[in-house]
Amino acid sequence: MSKVKCALIGSGNIGTDLLYKLKRSEVLEPVWMVGIDPDSEGLARAKEMGLKTTAEGVDGLLPHVIADGVQVAFDATSAYVHKENSDKLNAKGVFMVDLTPAAIGPLCVPPVNLNDLENTMNVNMISCAGQATIPIVYGVSRVQSVEYAEIIASLASLSIGPGTRANLDEFTYTTSNAVCEVGGARKGKALCIINPAEPPMIMRNTIYCMTDEDPDETAITESLHEMIGLVQKYVPGYRLVNGPVFEGRKVGVFMEVAGLGDYLPTYAGNLDIMTAAACRTAEMYGEKILSGELKLVAEAV
Amino acid sequence: MNDSSLKGRRVLCHDMCLRDGMHAKREQISTDQMVAFAKAMDAAGVPMIQVSHGAGLGGNSLQHGFAPHSNEEYWDAVAPVLTNTVMSVLLIPGLGTMDELRSAYDHGVRSVHVATHSTEADTSPQHIACGRELGMDTSGFLMMAHLNTHAGLAEEAKKMESYGAQTVYVTDSAGYMLPEDVTAYVSALRDVLDDKTEIGFHGHNNMGMGIANSIAAVRAGASRIDCSVAGLGAGAGNTPLEAFVAVCERMGIITDCDMFALMDMAEDLVFPMMDHIVRIDRSSLTLGYAGVYSTFLLHANRLGKKYGIPPRDILLELGRKRMIGGQEDMIEDTALTMLKEREAAQQPAA
Repeated sequence: MSKVKCALIGSGNIGTDLLYKLKRSEVLEPVWMVGIDPDSEGLARAKEMGLKTTAEGVDGLLPHVIADGVQVAFDATSAYVHKENSDKLNAKGVFMVDLTPAAIGPLCVPPVNLNDLENTMNVNMISCAGQATIPIVYGVSRVQSVEYAEIIASLASLSIGPGTRANLDEFTYTTSNAVCEVGGARKGKALCIINPAEPPMIMRNTIYCMTDEDPDETAITESLHEMIGLVQKYVPGYRLVNGPVFEGRKVGVFMEVAGLGDYLPTYAGNLDIMTAAACRTAEMYGEKILSGELKLVAEAV
Repeated sequence: MNDSSLKGRRVLCHDMCLRDGMHAKREQISTDQMVAFAKAMDAAGVPMIQVSHGAGLGGNSLQHGFAPHSNEEYWDAVAPVLTNTVMSVLLIPGLGTMDELRSAYDHGVRSVHVATHSTEADTSPQHIACGRELGMDTSGFLMMAHLNTHAGLAEEAKKMESYGAQTVYVTDSAGYMLPEDVTAYVSALRDVLDDKTEIGFHGHNNMGMGIANSIAAVRAGASRIDCSVAGLGAGAGNTPLEAFVAVCERMGIITDCDMFALMDMAEDLVFPMMDHIVRIDRSSLTLGYAGVYSTFLLHANRLGKKYGIPPRDILLELGRKRMIGGQEDMIEDTALTMLKEREAAQQPAA
């Protein structure tokens, strides 16, 4: 079966980890890696793995898009430059998967809404914390209405690159918004803590939901275990550590995300849950591209 | 060096009782209490007071507790009663945002502590720049400083200076440091920072070192000291302002604060409103001993009771796991895991 050719924009932690996931895909084939630093480790790895590379940013890729048949691009740079990257690539008929918190396209958490996504030219993966926590919020909100949901993500310092560090406000806004829009809570809040402990701590996520009525403990517990199972299909290290803890109307769930150790060691589950979700989402669109259901059209020049 | 060498040195006292003190009150301070405190401190010549939720901007949450009022409501109540005192706020990137900082400015806040963990200064450049663009007195605030090396902390301080911070703080969030540690950290910063950049020290009294550490900081070159009237703050409290001012008077350090007015405020206003007397008890002393974030105190006490585990055991475990400020959710998680382990240990072997 022919595969859909992809480009990765951003050669940092997320882009490089994603490269490993794409290499294993049966639908997608990574052919280009785009960076801005010629000495970046990510670009060197991509080259070794047989990809074409450029350190000239998206502009270095654009002249080759048509000739090399690139149909899908992943942006793992920064919320500040995403729109420009997306506009340029969309104009060439390239479908964009956004791994920055820019969130200009529909938000996607695969086990929650992958099958409901419309045909679009840009889809957003929210944030690592969003991918790790929204399935839990949804697991509660599909049982009974949630007035407020709050998520706390603790991440190992070594797993957080400069792009994420420069986007903490966007991370907060995008994740809070997605907790409502995708998770189903009426109000949402996201907190993020970067911990430098040695050895590095595995990504942890705590999810609190305030239900409108007293929580149905049995139904919520069952719903949560089902959601966790769905996430484990693409992130095997997604694990319930403690909870659900019921205290009045508050439901507390304490999760851990261990990664596969593709690029960074297993503590960096935040990379895996983001890249695995992006890969799964892109595969769904890739299948639509291959079947002709999603038609990509370049703007006339 | 003898004490007389500090004679004539100027120190800016920055009061924390309406921010760090919120932690000691489970975030429950009323606007009336805030106004009364602010008036008293303004009259006593305290140059800066921090006013907000205990966790600063964005602090209202299940993680950190909900205050009865928004930060904006507190600022609107306090700002009109201040004549000379400047109002400040705390901003921890990842929790608070630049939009909230702009709102703080609109409501009369003119100084900000932009806080990161002691090794993560590079999460603060946008927020420090934003404070400067607003024309605010902008400090970088390196929390849990004891978890970085002296040289490492100096490197992080240098980054904050490069982002535009006018002051960089050595923040002893756990009340872990001894005076010689403070001397070493502040000296390391003084060695690398520009002469124009001020150094601040923010202490907690968990090991009974609040005053001694603050004086050590001044001696090593700090010119801003965070204190709190009656020590109202997380853990065993901050450096008590009235006592610090008294020590400064004796040493000839100039603070411009009215010592007797602050003593009266401590006695007449602050102590009567404490829910528990903020002091060195077995839990707060454990914070200092084990190097744990002071705000964890009341959470550990509450959850220790809920799960039947001594709070001291929970705090020691959190110290061992190197949990840092903002990870309050991990207190319940740790208690639950300890409970499972203890129950398992009581089962007979299969």
